[in-house]
Amino acid sequence: MIVDQQAPRVSGPSEPPSVNTLSRRNFLRAGAAAGGGLVLSLRLPFATGEAEAAADNVFTPNAFVRIGSDGKIVLIMPYVEMGQGTYTAIPMLIAEELEVELQQIRLEHAPPNEKLYVNPLLGIQATGNSNAIRGAWQPLRQAGAVARNMLVTAAARHWNVDPTSCHAERGEVIHEATGRRLSYGELAAEAARMPVPENVALKRPQDFNLIGTPAKRLDTPAKVNGTAVFGIDVRPPGVKVATLAQSPVFGGRLKSVDDTAAKAINGVRQIVRLDDAVAVVADHMGAAKKGLEALVTEWDDGPHARLTTEAIAAELDEALLTPGAVAENIGDVDHAMAGAATKVEATYRLPFLAHATMEPMNCTVHLREDGCEIWVGTQALAKAQATAAETAGLPLDKVVVHNHLIGGGFGRRLEADWIARAVEIAKHVDGPVKVVWTREEDIQHDMYRPMFAHRLSAGLDGMGMPVAWNNHYAGSSVIARYLPPAFNNGLDPDTTEGAIDLVYDLPNLHVEYVRVEPPGIPTAFWRSVGPSRNVFVVESFMDELAAAVKQDPVAYRLALLDKTPRAKAVLALAAERIGWGERLPPRVGRGVSLQNAFATHMAQIAEVEVAKDGTVRVRRVVCAVDCGTAVNPDTVAAQIQGGIIFGITAALYGEITLKDGRVEQGNFDTYQILRMDEAPNIEVHIVQSQELPGGMGEAGTSAIGPAVTNAIFAATGKRLRKLPVEASALKQPV
Amino acid sequence: MIFTIKVNGQAHIVDVDDDTPLLWVLRDVLGMTGTKFGCGMALCGACTVHVDGVAIRSCVTPIDSVGTSEITTIEAIGATVVGARIQKAWLDREVVQCGYCQSGQIMSAADLLATNANPTDAEIDDAMSGNICRCGTYARIREAIKQAAAT
Ligand code: FES
Ligand code: FES
Repeated sequence: MIVDQQAPRVSGPSEPPSVNTLSRRNFLRAGAAAGGGLVLSLRLPFATGEAEAAADNVFTPNAFVRIGSDGKIVLIMPYVEMGQGTYTAIPMLIAEELEVELQQIRLEHAPPNEKLYVNPLLGIQATGNSNAIRGAWQPLRQAGAVARNMLVTAAARHWNVDPTSCHAERGEVIHEATGRRLSYGELAAEAARMPVPENVALKRPQDFNLIGTPAKRLDTPAKVNGTAVFGIDVRPPGVKVATLAQSPVFGGRLKSVDDTAAKAINGVRQIVRLDDAVAVVADHMGAAKKGLEALVTEWDDGPHARLTTEAIAAELDEALLTPGAVAENIGDVDHAMAGAATKVEATYRLPFLAHATMEPMNCTVHLREDGCEIWVGTQALAKAQATAAETAGLPLDKVVVHNHLIGGGFGRRLEADWIARAVEIAKHVDGPVKVVWTREEDIQHDMYRPMFAHRLSAGLDGMGMPVAWNNHYAGSSVIARYLPPAFNNGLDPDTTEGAIDLVYDLPNLHVEYVRVEPPGIPTAFWRSVGPSRNVFVVESFMDELAAAVKQDPVAYRLALLDKTPRAKAVLALAAERIGWGERLPPRVGRGVSLQNAFATHMAQIAEVEVAKDGTVRVRRVVCAVDCGTAVNPDTVAAQIQGGIIFGITAALYGEITLKDGRVEQGNFDTYQILRMDEAPNIEVHIVQSQELPGGMGEAGTSAIGPAVTNAIFAATGKRLRKLPVEASALKQPV
Repeated sequence: MIFTIKVNGQAHIVDVDDDTPLLWVLRDVLGMTGTKFGCGMALCGACTVHVDGVAIRSCVTPIDSVGTSEITTIEAIGATVVGARIQKAWLDREVVQCGYCQSGQIMSAADLLATNANPTDAEIDDAMSGNICRCGTYARIREAIKQAAAT
């Protein structure tokens, strides 16, 4: 299979295929392709445009499968590859039912079109929230099955035999009795004239050939020999390179720039002044960076000049005392609390986090009078196009976006702020300009995982089991800004995921959220989003409850899981695999966490060692996961391993702080990332399951944080309620 | 200033300031974009290339320090025995996620195996800890280095 990195200017089937049939369920159509052959257009269900489309009976497909007369099979799909293996897993779904080899399918990325290419679970054209496989699971398999059925019918007519006497295999239809064969290419034009079958049976899981096998990633070879093209690698003819400094305080403005020294630097071409930023345009990044350092810049810091993280934390603490929106209420918590034998209370605090994608923010723009061309790596193609058009003051159809491989997304590239910046700069530059952020700019002008505070309280009965559970929390809603229609009555699905619908059987529970936006600080989705905070809080507190009544944290949880067998099974499996209960050396401990997030059940047990000076080393992690059908098990394991490393980085080091309105961290020395010599041994155990596939890109990250801090508690008796881990608090007393 | 540098066996003439980091000469002047930018401060290893076979961080290596040395980048490392072995191991073990750090990882690993055919875990950690992978592919990098060492 070939992966086409560049978004085609015009999509494959740009003219709608001449439609001859409409299936009753109205999710799929078939027709003849422009150059001969068969095109299936399908609409993924639950799309935002569905109601409106159904009303005027306009079919709005958002993915296409084209089988050409030359036998080539092209899948045009709206998802972006960010390293999570989507480009391999999605075509598997079609190939499985179509009975072709994975290598026969060529993948093209859908061009930006918000209406057509909506991601069914996110409601916008974007790749995020671990849902590519979840959204595509049913419709893409159905499309494959329908196409196969039409090809078989076409062959049977050609031979004048009963279709049931034929079968499809490796891109051919075979008549069993006579051994006659016709390839899909030979049949495609004929198949386009066949009726679309109403009900095609999908394969039973035990008959899968591809799904569930560890297929090789298809995007890999170019990434080991330097030929893969990321956004930062594009070089349109005549391109200049620019780098920038934005107002160090959010909301500040540029007051003055003395560029005398900068202009004298060999290779520096131009200084661009914006309202709140300044950029140096040069022949190469070396000159641009040198030029930037040579600028003498004065800023007007604006209203947030004195802002500190402490002030934001104080605001959150205050919000914990005010009523919020009720996210979930079961039974009568107040009543149950009043009658409880033991009461436990704790407050947890989570910091701002930067994404620090390995590839710093960058975007290349060629702005002409009559149009604009953009080269970028984005998780949200349509948003990129719309942002560029708005900034350039051009109609949407005058903006062409070439999407590229992404050197890490993690939610950062769902935004488009850096694209707007690049277009603003390009307005002042003749010809194409590539705007590359320094690492410092990337960290100091990120859009951050929000700070949160949670106050938890619980009442335990005479046996020590929880009868009342209260979770009151405050922080920013990313959804309220990013996708306003999804923020309703003071709540949104992201802020609450992991805080409600717990796996535990709790008879009385009350969860309340207060929205507090930090002044001037932009917040954004960050790998594992809501659960990145909520799972830490819930699993830390559950551990505290077990400890309060001196019970084993695994046994304590298991006793609350009779109604959620999948959760119970992964917890039991993880405990068995690590050898839970073994005696461990002093200052070594194991901690557990359990979650159902992104439609995936996961238990993790971390083993840590705390040195005399308080330094924490995560030695080993055992993870048991039930993600439903594991479409590509090797990718599932890789995503969990990577997600755990990402989560350990956050737990041990991750924190963005502000002083005088400025972000205090700048590069990997002050915003540390876990390195190989600190990376634990990670074992992933995948539960065989035929349930619907769950999300995999993020689950590993949210589960590891509390497993680590619970393990630190086991090793030292010290309960950490604030991330990141503060090593100085863990020093061994002498 | 005019410099003549030797990259992957070929001589190139470039006109840049003498303190220009080699990274930007490779990427922006010569258009060899396989070598990546991650931090600019020798903190992440994304920009690793070989100068006379030794892994260095090109983001902090000024062009005037290179002289007549042989520079090897990711684009040509596959032509060496060790480099080819490493690339194969990387594919066999499915190391790569987003892939952005992997040029640097492979260049660091190639230096390691060229000087130490059979590194211990501690030696691997030592050689590789200057290379950050934000996607967290460390476990597979370690396995792949061991596989490459065994072949
Ligand atoms: S870019 Fe050179 S070490 Fe990071
Ligand atoms: S593979 Fe993404 S940073 Fe290493």
